[in-house]
Amino acid sequence: MKARIHVTLKNGVLDPQGKAIEHTLGSLGFAGVNQARQGKFIELDLEETDKAKAHEAVTAMCEKLLANTVIENYSIDLEQ
Amino acid sequence: MKAAVIVFPGSNCDRDIQVALRQSMGSEPQMVWHKDADFDSVDLICLPGGFSYGDYLRCGAMSAKSPVMKEVIARANKGVPVLGICNGFQILAESGLVPGALMRNAGLKFVCRDLHLKVERNDSIFTSGYAAGQTIRIPVAHHDGNYFVDSEGLKALEDNNQVAFRYCGADGTVDLANNPNGSLNNIAGVYNAKGNVLGMMPHPERLCDAALGGTDGRAMFESLVAALS
Repeated sequence: MKARIHVTLKNGVLDPQGKAIEHTLGSLGFAGVNQARQGKFIELDLEETDKAKAHEAVTAMCEKLLANTVIENYSIDLEQ
Repeated sequence: MKAAVIVFPGSNCDRDIQVALRQSMGSEPQMVWHKDADFDSVDLICLPGGFSYGDYLRCGAMSAKSPVMKEVIARANKGVPVLGICNGFQILAESGLVPGALMRNAGLKFVCRDLHLKVERNDSIFTSGYAAGQTIRIPVAHHDGNYFVDSEGLKALEDNNQVAFRYCGADGTVDLANNPNGSLNNIAGVYNAKGNVLGMMPHPERLCDAALGGTDGRAMFESLVAALS
């Protein structure tokens, strides 16, 4: 099973890199970008075949290592 | 007094702390490789600056899960003093020994220069050699020193006097103009709730010898020697 994890900064946490991306897009002439937020994408290849168990395991991985929950949120997508 | 300096792959200020401790203690600190979880009983554990594990994932994230950190966390929870400088502060935050997180500098630039710090309190084992409110000159060198904690956490830090140092001007003014990295409330260093763990971004170990351009960092190591000998 594949787990795809997005880690993003929480709302309200200043994202200077996202701000710089937003600014540069504007200066390149791309209009209409209201906000840019930068995050991380992590893909895991799991041996687990049970979706519920996989979700539980990946959640623990996010809490323990993959995300810093002081500043970051994470979302998990599982695909057989 | 006995001290240990934990050395991670990518640490680069370990020998600076070693020299600062040697000069203040008059004896050799123990250098502990990150894979050695069973090191001698010591009075002080130092986590040095650098770029441990290449800052992979997040600064300090990998080191915080290394075998030696399990032992450091256990000893810190028993009251052993722990000093984390720069990357050491990031490791302390990632391991939960001090509250908050260190994010990318608000200006996105690596900041490497001497700046001024206000010593918030001197009733700590780390700062008894300073005066409360004293302004000291200490170098910083970091890309991710932007201190963040949620509003509840920030209030708790301020209410419990857990802020150790704030970035300020040469005259002691704490304001936005003297904030090098966007840290909330100009925070440059914090204590844990018990006060036995200090994490700070600036490098006192780099200004302990007049030959290096200043000695404002030396009082921290002398404070520790006075408290722990």
